[in-house]
Amino acid sequence: MTADIIIEALVKIGLVLTINLTLVAYLVLAERKVSAFIQNRLGPNRVGPWGMFQSFADVGKLFFKEDIVPAAANKFVHTLAPLISISVAISTFAVIPFGNTIAINGQEYKLMIGDVNIGILFILALTSLGVYGIVLAGWSSNNKYSLLGGLRASAQMISYELSMGLSVIGVILIAGTLQLDKIVVQQGEYLWGVIPAWNIVLQPIGFITFLIASFAETNRLPFDLPEAEPELVGGYHTEYSGMKFGLFFLAEYANMITASAVIVTLYLGGWQFPFLEYLGLSPLVMTLAQMGAFAVKVALALFFFIVVRWTVPRFRYDQLMDLGWKVMLPLALANIVVTGFFLLFR
Amino acid sequence: MEKFLEKSIPVRRKNLTFWQKLYIPAILSGLKITMTEFFKPSVTIRYPEERTVMPESFRGRPVLVAENGTERCVACGLCARVCPALAIEVQAGETELGKERYPERFEINMVRCIFCGFCEEVCPEEAIIMSQEYELVFTSQKEALFGKDKLMKPIEEVQTRLDFLRKNR
Repeated sequence: MTADIIIEALVKIGLVLTINLTLVAYLVLAERKVSAFIQNRLGPNRVGPWGMFQSFADVGKLFFKEDIVPAAANKFVHTLAPLISISVAISTFAVIPFGNTIAINGQEYKLMIGDVNIGILFILALTSLGVYGIVLAGWSSNNKYSLLGGLRASAQMISYELSMGLSVIGVILIAGTLQLDKIVVQQGEYLWGVIPAWNIVLQPIGFITFLIASFAETNRLPFDLPEAEPELVGGYHTEYSGMKFGLFFLAEYANMITASAVIVTLYLGGWQFPFLEYLGLSPLVMTLAQMGAFAVKVALALFFFIVVRWTVPRFRYDQLMDLGWKVMLPLALANIVVTGFFLLFR
Repeated sequence: MEKFLEKSIPVRRKNLTFWQKLYIPAILSGLKITMTEFFKPSVTIRYPEERTVMPESFRGRPVLVAENGTERCVACGLCARVCPALAIEVQAGETELGKERYPERFEINMVRCIFCGFCEEVCPEEAIIMSQEYELVFTSQKEALFGKDKLMKPIEEVQTRLDFLRKNR
């Protein structure tokens, strides 16, 4: 029995990891293509048809590049930092349900790797670990720009994690559980029999604050102050080269995927597809369709992430802090109060 | 410090309305712009596969107009005389044809040529004209010496430029 559980977990991990890493590669390509289309260019189109193998060529190049470590850097921490970043970015996906149960040989399997009963807490805990990668990278490089980038990252992440956690509380209040699969199942119901009861409908303010906080957590463009090329050279990865830089790069995109998956799970109904159960599909087809719905939702969220990057300019540092503490935090708190009152007096 | 503050330009701060302070309408209108651009066709020309079609007014590399396999040139040497970069060299010879003179040797040093088009302007026979070709690659100085073999072009290929010159000169 234990062997079964281990094998099941390993198979799921293998699947999710492979899909995730492939997705990262194509996400980089998608980012470049979308940015190109927005700027009326073509984007990468030399390596393979439509530039399909561009990312693999890039990673291959990074592997063969010289790995330079500054003489005054702390070599151990300098090597550790990108590893922390990438492992945190990938392992967050472990608790995200990407489908309902699937029956193979009469046995039901849940389509999530770790069925933990504190899913949301696990996600919040791991995303806050991610900041260590960046801060340690900034500190160990022994470079003032890197250090500034690392400091900014820590300040930014702490400010936004607060409003992120608070906006999640609204979802938890409605669902009454921390388990992500149960939250998704509850979103399969309907309001007045028509509108799918996704949390984006029930928690619009919470959704917006969570979305903005996710952008800040993933260091994506309106909030990419830790990198801020024009001011800080390259921020925390100024002194990184070769595959160590590549790991930070991959971690950024893996974080994006995880953030999109979390947004979809918490607010956009996870793998739910409205009115699918009325079609009378067989359980297997139904599960596959739901997985497809999840994939499409995540893809749309990722597209949104990318388009926003090429639309909104970077915040100034004081604007970032203003937004975090003076706007997002009160909004998230007000959201909790309103949700609480609503649940109490309904 | 005081002095500096006096000199400094005051920051222009507009009083923003509530909607402007919200950020979100502004971000949405920005997204609208990027999304409309997203669906517009790209302006890139995939160079080796696609090439720009040059207008007739374009001054590409100079060529000698060839009619029925012989050049129109009568080797008067005006082009060589007018060339500001001293890129053209003409050596005249006699021929049995009606024009009596022809260039035995006609060389343009493409490293020197500045594509000014003076040779074309001064030519009384419309024998040397600027073509639409713009791809000139050499790996040595010697290769850049274009003789008659490389310069001659059948009249059909340069007709558009000839028509353009008739109309605009």
